Amino acid sequence: MPTVMELYQLLPKTNCKKCGESTCMAFAVALLSRKKKVPECTPILDESFKKQKEKLESLLIPTAGAEETGMIVHPELCTGCGNCVVACPVDVANDPHGAGTGCAPTNDKVIFKVIDGKVVAFNIKECRRFGKNKVLCYACIDPCPTGAIEFV
Amino acid sequence: MLFGLDNSTSEAQAKGIALAKKLNAAIDDTSSFCQGQLIERALLKKFRTCYLEDVRNNADVLVYWGSDAQDSQPRPLSRFSVFPRGESRQRGYEEDRLAIAIDVRESNTAKICKGHFYRIPLRGDREFILALMEALSGKVPKYDPKRILELAGFLKKAQFGVIFAGIGLTYSIKDDIDVLVSLAQMLPNFHVMPMVGQYNMRGFNEALFKETGFVNSVKFDGKPVHDNKYSIVEALKAKSIDALLVVGSDPLSSLPRSVISHLASIPVICIDPCVTLTSKIAQVTIPAASSGFECGGRAVRMDGKVIEIPKVVENQYLSDEDILDRILDVV
Ligand code: SF4
Ligand code: SF4
Repeated sequence: MPTVMELYQLLPKTNCKKCGESTCMAFAVALLSRKKKVPECTPILDESFKKQKEKLESLLIPTAGAEETGMIVHPELCTGCGNCVVACPVDVANDPHGAGTGCAPTNDKVIFKVIDGKVVAFNIKECRRFGKNKVLCYACIDPCPTGAIEFV
Repeated sequence: MLFGLDNSTSEAQAKGIALAKKLNAAIDDTSSFCQGQLIERALLKKFRTCYLEDVRNNADVLVYWGSDAQDSQPRPLSRFSVFPRGESRQRGYEEDRLAIAIDVRESNTAKICKGHFYRIPLRGDREFILALMEALSGKVPKYDPKRILELAGFLKKAQFGVIFAGIGLTYSIKDDIDVLVSLAQMLPNFHVMPMVGQYNMRGFNEALFKETGFVNSVKFDGKPVHDNKYSIVEALKAKSIDALLVVGSDPLSSLPRSVISHLASIPVICIDPCVTLTSKIAQVTIPAASSGFECGGRAVRMDGKVIEIPKVVENQYLSDEDILDRILDVV
């Protein structure tokens, strides 16, 4: 995952505001959270910025597959241990006698399910990182020993 | 010698023990070089132990000691210990549970325990236990005092604590297992859970214990005699056995090379659902149904709870139990 600074360094750094953000740094933050797309920075479309633009796009590839909440699940890292499934407070609330007590989910209202040994995310809008009363929840990230869940 | 049976149902284990008895054979399982000593102490009630359901419902302090449960057992942390909610642990792991790891390396279990990983040197467990006991009795230990006092504080405050004692701990203190018993005695709210390797190892230990008073390394000679020389390692080393019946185990892969050469000079019979190194060198191999899948029965979980395991698929294989039963008939 790229850092804001890495993205910022590749921008024109003129704070021209053409993208609608107040500074290039703000645009870099918006890029990382996928609120803005690279072409919204019109100066970077210029030939002279070709290399920087390409680099920027390649850095942003890993965030492309993210869900609306910014969640990315890396199936190649997931071991299917189920820690995230039972730790997610939304899963507990929506399936108290299944995922909530350490068992496999018993309904389709949960966010995480292990399918064929890999975790798959559903109902992503239920995630506490999403919506009006969002909180910075780490309950699925911290229990994962392999770093298979990421938010961008 | 009859060896193995830890991956067999309790019914098959009973037949195996009966067979050894009838033949006046020696009988042993992997617990003689695994968790046998700890399980024996659990059966003798030398320390408190509990069911995994109790852990899920009540435990607030979980100590993984010499055990990388996250990687070596199926879903122990998500099903029964750190992450699920329980009757008196409703608020989630961040608030309700403290997971601690003590190990020689930062395993995946230790990674989950984040700030509560205590790294100890190889074979440093005994010294660590002694220092912890000093700290628990109010003295300042010489060894890493700051962290040990911190750990002692966590353990003292526990309402329902569990030490998951892994093979790393057992191997390290194998000449003085009772040092762990002494530690457990100083922690009245703690339970000790031996982390077993094979799914019905505890079942074998319990069955043999009930029959003979010992958990492994027994030779029947009219009456049962227990001696370390009847453990698989010592028996192979001393070349004291002249035939080996292996059930659901693979000594050729799991034993040190220095002791296995004797297997080449004696008849080996292997009953196993899988092709293993041992089954390949065996003079006689009898393919068996795999239990919990191709045949059912009962098994004893690592916490001592008896679990029914169902037969899931129809198949033409005989179970270990049936095979041993037929052998019993003909001998
Ligand atoms: S961030 Fe929190 S609410 Fe969202 S999926 Fe992860 S655990 Fe569930
Ligand atoms: S905690 Fe990580 S490894 Fe375990 S199921 Fe969830 S994503 Fe996969």
